[in-house]
Amino acid sequence: MNAEPQRLTVASDQDVVRVRQLVRTVAVAVKLSLVDQTKLVTAASELARNTLVYGGGGTVEVDRVDNGRRAGIRIAFVDSGPGIADVNLALTDGYTTGGGLGLGLSGARRLVDEFDIDTEPGRGTSITVTKWCR
Amino acid sequence: MERVPVLKIGDMLLVSIQVDMEDQTALNLQEDLADKIVATGCRGVIIDISALDIVDSFVGRMLATIAGISKVLDAETVVVGMRPAVAITLVELGLSLPGIRTALNVELGMALLARARFEAEGGGDAGEDDETVAAAS
Ligand SMILES: Nc1ncnc2c1ncn2[C@@H]1O[C@H](COP(=O)(O)OP(=O)(O)OP(=O)(O)O)[C@@H](O)[C@H]1O
Ligand SMILES: [Mg+2]
Repeated sequence: MNAEPQRLTVASDQDVVRVRQLVRTVAVAVKLSLVDQTKLVTAASELARNTLVYGGGGTVEVDRVDNGRRAGIRIAFVDSGPGIADVNLALTDGYTTGGGLGLGLSGARRLVDEFDIDTEPGRGTSITVTKWCR
Repeated sequence: MERVPVLKIGDMLLVSIQVDMEDQTALNLQEDLADKIVATGCRGVIIDISALDIVDSFVGRMLATIAGISKVLDAETVVVGMRPAVAITLVELGLSLPGIRTALNVELGMALLARARFEAEGGGDAGEDDETVAAAS
């Protein structure tokens, strides 16, 4: 039942807009509630911007998933930028190295059901989030 | 680069954001508004976000910055039309937009600005307040 995953390159502001639009389209297709669509698109916007700004660009892959009980969406944000040395610190509300609000990572984690981060200094960062239908 | 139009309506500026803005578009809007506040001497700014289906930290920060800039330029900003799902998401994201005045729609936003102006100009001590009292008694 799973459709092909869809992949976008993130190399500009415009690509971040495209990520939001793709995530919205898939969120509607799997029938997430309006509030959950809004949460997921917002989280995706934060993470795609981080991929662009801190990761130096990368890719976003959007996948429909099904665990046998529920349908959902999984999104992977991958870059081969500088990586994050201290993940716990980066996930603290208000922590920023870029003059932002420091809410993107920590806020995105609150907005999704599952949040996995795989990062290593010098290798890059890969963040995968999942939102399930209720 | 797309630009969000800034309209002058009476002595207010109205910005109705109709597109999913790129980050640069949001930054341009900040500058355009500052220029227009100075050029027109307007004392109130209404930002209508009813067409936005999300507000992330970048747009949230833009709204806060616009409110701050306009304050310094002696104008008041009201953000109107936030969708309920957007409000729920913003709070969970951790952005409570302190210092930003909000109203449910453009009309209520205009009323809020008019009231804020009246109070700022020391309205109440003079005639109008007495009239209210007189009318009530
Ligand atoms: N993909 C990434 N690669 C390297 N560092 C990252 C990446 N994503 C986040 N970071 C680091 O984690 C910090 C926190 O990120 P977060 O998104 O929470 O805040 P921000 O982007 O600085 O501000 P905001 O998103 O609120 O505008 C960033 O300042 C940056 O140092
Ligand atoms: Mg961020």
